[in-house]
Order: sequence, then C-alpha cells, then structure tokens
Amino acid sequence: MSPPGGRRSGVGDPVAAAVARAFRDERAAVLATLIRHVGDFQIAEDAVQDAFAAAVVAWRRDGVPANPGAWITVAARRKAIDLLRRDRSLADRAARLGQLARLDAQEHPSVSEASAIADDRLRLIFTCCHPALDLPARVALTLRTLGGLTTGEIARAFLVSEPTMGKRIVRAKRKIADAHIPYRVPADEELPDRLRGVLRVVYLIFNEGYSASEGDRLVRGELCGEAIRLGRLLGELMRDDAEVWGLLALMLLHDGRRGARVDPDGRYVALGEQDRSSWDRDLIDEGVRALERAVRLRRPGQYQLQAAITALHVQAPDPEGTNWAQIAELYGALAKLSPSPVVELNRATAVGFASGPAAGLDLLEPLLRDPALERYQPLHAAHAELLRRARDLPGAARAYERAIALSANAVERAELERRLATL
Amino acid sequence: MPEYMLLLYSPEFDPAEAAEREAELPVWMELNESLREAGLLVANGRLHPADSATTVRVRDGETEVTDGPFATTKEILGGYYLLDCSDLDEALRHAARLPIARFGSVEVRPVMDLSAMQASYQAATEEK
Repeated sequence: MSPPGGRRSGVGDPVAAAVARAFRDERAAVLATLIRHVGDFQIAEDAVQDAFAAAVVAWRRDGVPANPGAWITVAARRKAIDLLRRDRSLADRAARLGQLARLDAQEHPSVSEASAIADDRLRLIFTCCHPALDLPARVALTLRTLGGLTTGEIARAFLVSEPTMGKRIVRAKRKIADAHIPYRVPADEELPDRLRGVLRVVYLIFNEGYSASEGDRLVRGELCGEAIRLGRLLGELMRDDAEVWGLLALMLLHDGRRGARVDPDGRYVALGEQDRSSWDRDLIDEGVRALERAVRLRRPGQYQLQAAITALHVQAPDPEGTNWAQIAELYGALAKLSPSPVVELNRATAVGFASGPAAGLDLLEPLLRDPALERYQPLHAAHAELLRRARDLPGAARAYERAIALSANAVERAELERRLATL
Repeated sequence: MPEYMLLLYSPEFDPAEAAEREAELPVWMELNESLREAGLLVANGRLHPADSATTVRVRDGETEVTDGPFATTKEILGGYYLLDCSDLDEALRHAARLPIARFGSVEVRPVMDLSAMQASYQAATEEK
C-alpha cells in the first residue's frame, strides 16, 4: 500500500502533503478499526487504499477537511461496504454489512465502540505478530500494515525481490483468513509470552535497519525509524509494561548514534572514536527518559538491561570515563536472565576494561573452546583486542587475521585490517 | 460395522488446474449425496491448502508453534480429531494437550467452510 501520488511528492503541493501526512499518521488506526469491522485483512486494506485515492481527488476539489482521519474513516467504511457487497465468499457477510451500515448511520461512535477503537492497533500488532505465522512474514506484515513502507521498500530493505515480498505478505494475510487467526489482544495469561514475541519482531526490524551490512542504507534507516515508531506506539498502548519502555529506550539510544558510526568516506567508526557532538541528543534524551520510566516500573528485563548498558556508554564524557565496572555488572545480570554467547562475549570485553585484559581473557576462554563459535567473527575481533592490550602481539595478529577472514562487512573488515596494521 | 477413514492426497495445483478442479464440484456433491443416502457417510470435509497449516509440538514442557506442515518423514499419520473451535488459538491450545504432541507433532489444518464455498460456486454459475 502506498499513498497515491508517491511518498515524497508533498513538497509545494498542500493537498498532496495533507494526503501524505494523513497516510503516515492515520492509516494504521483507520485500517486497524476497519479490519475489526470487516473481519478480513484484504478487503479492509483495499478499502483504505481506495479511500486515500479518493481523498486526492476530493480534497483537491473541496479543500482539505478539518479532520482528515475522520474523512478517511468514513470513506474507507463506504468502500468496504461496496467491496463486501460484491464478495460472496465471506461466511458472515450479511452480519458484517449490517454492522457497517449501522456505524455509517451514526454520527458519533457509541461508548463501547469508542473503547474498542482504542485497542484496535494493539489487536493489529498482536495479529501481525502471531506465532502461527513464520517470522519473516510477521516482520513483513507488521511493516506493511502498521508502518508506512511500501512492499517495494520492504523488499529492498530485506534484499528480496518485490514479487517475493508481495507473495510473502499475501500468503500471511490468506493464512490469517483461512486459519482464523483471531483479531484480539491476548488474554492476561498468554499476554506476557505473546508480548515478548511482538517485541522480538520490533527489535528485529530495528536491527535489520541498524546493522546495515549490505543494501540500501537509506531504506535501512527507515526501518530503524519504523521500529521506533512501533516502539512509541506500544509505549502509548501498553503504558505499564517495563520491557516495552526498555526496548524503546534501547532503540533510541542506538539510533541517536547511527550517523556517527560511519565517517564521510564510509569507514566504520568504533564507539570510542565517534564524534560525540554528532550524536542526535533529542533521540538520546528521549531514550534516557524511556529507560527511567521502565526502571520505575520495577520489573527488570533483558531490553532494560541492554538499554542501561547503552545509556552508560552514551552518558560517559569520553571513552576513558566510561563506567566499565557497572557495565560488567549489568552484563552479569543479563547473562543470568538470558544467557547467550553474545552476552558472555560482551561481559568479557567489559571486564577486560574494568579489571584488566587478563581478567577479560579468562572469561573468553570457554567461548574460544566452543566449536559452535569457531566461525563467530565478533569473538575473534574481541579476542584480538584483549590480546593486543595484554601485549601478546603475535597472538593478537593471529586473532585479527581470523576475524578479517570471517568478516562479511566491507566497512568492518577495513577497520580490522587497520588495527592489524598498527600492531 | 467397522469404520474407515479415506485420506485424500493430491499434488498442489496451479490456478488453471484449480479452475478445472472447481468445475468438478457437482461430481463431489453427487458422490457425497449417494454415500449419505446409503448411510455410509460419517463426516467429510475439504481442507484449506497446506500453507494454512500450523504445527504444534510440546518439548520440555514448552509449546512450540510453527508455521506450515512440518511432519518429519519418520512420522506417520496416527489419528485425527475434528474440533469445532472459535478460532485458531483455541485449536492450538487443545492440540498442545494431546499426549502425542510431546513426542510427535500435531498438524492443525482449517477445514473449508462449505456454505461459503457453495455460495461462491452458486454465484459463479449464476453469472454464467
């Protein structure tokens, strides 16, 4: 789905700009409510798309309405009634049509309808992230229905062809319809588990944009933006969940430094060497506020711990002033909560700074013996750094060579080669 | 009288073949009617395509839900349940309760809504 007239044609054309703004700000909410009324993703999406196309013509003729969201809601509902009249395959078509007609006759939504509307975007998120859909489909569907990206843009960001991505989204929508995946916020007993799944999808979208190992950097930056928008929306809809705020904080604190990670020549810049004045302070401040909010809820979780670690990095006046002892402690807590080789590796690095390279190398020892991590590039890069600081230069050179051989990212490889050369 | 289950297999077909298969619908309906009249038909149904399937397994007390029919070649069809549920979540919940989910897998496939199928078939023939 894309705004009629193209995403970026708003400059200098007030009607096109108003349509683009309504598309960005209102589309997900209108779509989410219409899916509940129609009971079918595809019909609701087609109706919303038609409503935006109609807006371009009508707003140019009659002027931009005072409440564009309300205009689109009514237009989309009427398009949905047209589409439902023509589609006989839906089992409860008559009941759906009756409900839509009743809504169309009301000037203001009833109290029960108004409270249902408040939860519609949450229903949409949980349905798009349902575990009966495979993970790539959850990611694509979430971006497509809740975000503002076109299928083509999602395809480019994930390095697949547009028809492939289109098929993935169509198939997911068909499964939701055929298998009757419910359109609702899960009951309390399933909510924690299902919310973890939602946060995982959002973080995956963010990381896909942030890692930027290949592909179109601009589109990948939009993925970070979309993930943060979803994080803010979840914060608005689930205000009392600490991990929702923890994830939002984590993404904001990373994204605030995105521009500083690559220099004008496209070379990777390590955290310690980044120009701190080029960080986006607004994003970082918002991230710190989100983290404080999470901590006040007193339900620690993995995203909050990761955000707290990132905040310590960001808040240090310079690399030497970083509180490595506290970072090492937070990694220790994270290792207890969700143990993984990545966490162990980062803990070893932090301990290496807090208590000296020998202590870090001790922690690295079991990881280096694990055959499953033999080809894990960051392990060898971190090993090389610790050996260099421990003054074992031949050992460091061997570890750098191993890391270079395993690196898939040109920017990162160049940086490792530079460090090897300075030994 | 002993009961027998007839399991229907076919390759997945493309849209052109699908139209051909749809045209055979009266043959199926006639056949079902004759089985019903003879008092032989207990239940029958048409399943949605395999990509609407969800597989449920329970390992170490954790329910694993995966998209698609992922039975391993060593697993053989051993039984069936036909449940009337309000949605997929309810069906998955009961699938996870079956003891076989702990060592085998339960494939949950939606059965096609025949009344909607017949309505769309009638609509198509009326248009002709």
